[in-house]
Amino acid sequence: MSGVQAGERKGEKAATPMQARGPAFAYFDLDEEAKARGLFSILAEDGSYDPANVTRFDKTLCLQLYRGMLWTRLMDRQFMALQRQGVLGFYAETIGQEAASICSAATLEPQDWLVPALREHGAGLFRGMNFENFVAQLFGNANDITRGRQMPLHPCDRPTNYLNMSSCIATQISHAVGVAMGMKISGVGNQVCMGYMGDGATSEGDFHVAMNFAAVRKAPVVLICQNNQWAISTPVSGQTAAETFALKGIGYGMESLRADGNDMFAVYEVCKYAVDKARRGEGPTFIELLNYRLSAHTSSDDPSRYRDESVTTMWREKREPLIRARIFLEKKGWLSEAEHEAMAAQIESTIREVVAKQRDVPAPPLRSLIEDVQQTPWWRLEEDLAAMQELLAKQ
Amino acid sequence: MPTMNIIQAVNSALRIQMAREPKAVILGEDVGKFGGVFRATSGLYDEFGEDRVIDTPLAEAGIIGTAIGMAVYGMRPIPEIQFSDFIFPAFDQIVNEMAKFRYRSGGQYPCPVVIRTPVGGGIRGGHYHSQSPEALFIHTPGLKVVLPSNPYDAKGLLLSCLQQDDPVLFMEPKKIYRASRGEVPDEAYTVELGKAKIVREGEQVTLIGYGAMVSIMEEAAIKAEEIGISCEVIDLRTLLPFDLETLVESVNKTGRAVVVHEAPKTCGFGAELASSLYERCLGVLEAPIERVAGFDTPFPYSLEHEYMPNADRVIGAIRKTLEW
Repeated sequence: MSGVQAGERKGEKAATPMQARGPAFAYFDLDEEAKARGLFSILAEDGSYDPANVTRFDKTLCLQLYRGMLWTRLMDRQFMALQRQGVLGFYAETIGQEAASICSAATLEPQDWLVPALREHGAGLFRGMNFENFVAQLFGNANDITRGRQMPLHPCDRPTNYLNMSSCIATQISHAVGVAMGMKISGVGNQVCMGYMGDGATSEGDFHVAMNFAAVRKAPVVLICQNNQWAISTPVSGQTAAETFALKGIGYGMESLRADGNDMFAVYEVCKYAVDKARRGEGPTFIELLNYRLSAHTSSDDPSRYRDESVTTMWREKREPLIRARIFLEKKGWLSEAEHEAMAAQIESTIREVVAKQRDVPAPPLRSLIEDVQQTPWWRLEEDLAAMQELLAKQ
Repeated sequence: MPTMNIIQAVNSALRIQMAREPKAVILGEDVGKFGGVFRATSGLYDEFGEDRVIDTPLAEAGIIGTAIGMAVYGMRPIPEIQFSDFIFPAFDQIVNEMAKFRYRSGGQYPCPVVIRTPVGGGIRGGHYHSQSPEALFIHTPGLKVVLPSNPYDAKGLLLSCLQQDDPVLFMEPKKIYRASRGEVPDEAYTVELGKAKIVREGEQVTLIGYGAMVSIMEEAAIKAEEIGISCEVIDLRTLLPFDLETLVESVNKTGRAVVVHEAPKTCGFGAELASSLYERCLGVLEAPIERVAGFDTPFPYSLEHEYMPNADRVIGAIRKTLEW
């Protein structure tokens, strides 16, 4: 089942000089510090835009991107409801970050790799991760290809080069750089790795280490910081004294860009620029995508205890990525109200069908407890499992 | 057959692996042009180039973190941590990431990283160049931990590690890096992981240890023989998974055991070995199992020799088991 797969984007034009791509693209000609302090944007909060800036985005691509974002939004809604009903043990929404998640990953090719942080599961599905497998992972049931080993929302999908999210924060950035170093050393060519992090991750030592290795080794990696302005309860001001996160990249000698993370076109363009650059062998890029965490951190969190939710309301009503994308699509005549309803209904029924199939599947078999620790379980694992099986047989 | 020390044997294993496996990559601090501070990677940079023998920035977490990325991508990284005392910035990457990748991916992503690192005291290195942190890693599900005591085993065990798909911490006893010499074939061969070796047969007490402690145990066994005590000496070689069968067989014969390691006693690997032996051999034991270990102190500088187990302390423990 590949309901949200991006599919092939055929007939892509050769790279055009930036200034010829519309006035907004003058951003790319700024000096490095101005780029890191600035904010690249194309689609304004009210959905207005300069047609000269959006020539790349035809109806097919726009609907693919929008469908991926809508899928993520609707999926979050259903799974969060299931969590509240006690059906799922845990969940974390992407609400407000769909453009940053989907439109960044949309610039990758099938042979590329994606190393996620917490809110990239929509991106993984967009790239073709099997949705049945994803839902099975949420339930940790016998169909879960990761075999019920982790909490919900830690999918891992080798067929689409989607690595495992680590709750440790920032450890995954070095993995993304290592994957990219492997791509470069093995000389396969034409491969790029995209690695994600949140704003909180930039405070970890692993962030520094990974940024430094990426720049020194000129790895074909794009490192994306989703600055949703909150690390659980800690605001950006408690995380860094730097004016922007993008500025941090300059110290490592890495080109650093900053874009409106709620603007699907701006996200796509900065990421496409960085991915193309990495693919040409011209090294890594650090990208800060500015957005706002409209939801709680996870199902275990209550943001009303630590933040002014009237600010959240402002972002939800005025700056949220799907609203302005929809205004654009309606203006273009590419997605009518009725077509939107049909798209949403189809997505929701698919999700419901898959949930119905997976929710009552039993847990993985007992033996899977000791498998995959190593290639072959060592004698103590076998011994302890046998003792437990004996005990269970007596009961 | 050529004679090699442990450094040369390790170097020989690395050269074989680099030549036969194009995905093999060595990375670490000063491992390239300089050939490593102990020269274990000497000559490999010139032979295999800067892309496969990488002088990295000075950051252990980055060395292991990027090695993990390379391994899941499909490379065969062989990172070096210059001293095992410096491994702790990479502790999270080793324990939470490298050791867990296969498990948490449901077997989709094995993580075949073989970390080499010098271990142990006796080189007048003080606290930051002498520690033996093996127990911390033996306590980590998902790892293999290997610690050879001589050049032949060093090469054979390292080649075994490099041919399998699990992450390994390969610890090298730096006190005897050059002092331990022996015949080592130039060509490739393997020594099986998970198998201990009886280096000296005896009847009354089983001495169990690994790495630089093996020669200490042998010295103690020779001195004990002079006073009429017959000791069996076992070199564990692989610490995780450890070869309990060989230990049990020996203790069933001797009825007494002494475990020797440099690391502090409390929660040291000796505790696990003793406990495992009690579970299997309680009925035949003639005396409590003795542990000869480092003190539960930071590793000292001036009193290093008093801290380290030596033959006299081992003989003291042997006597205790006989006099109990």
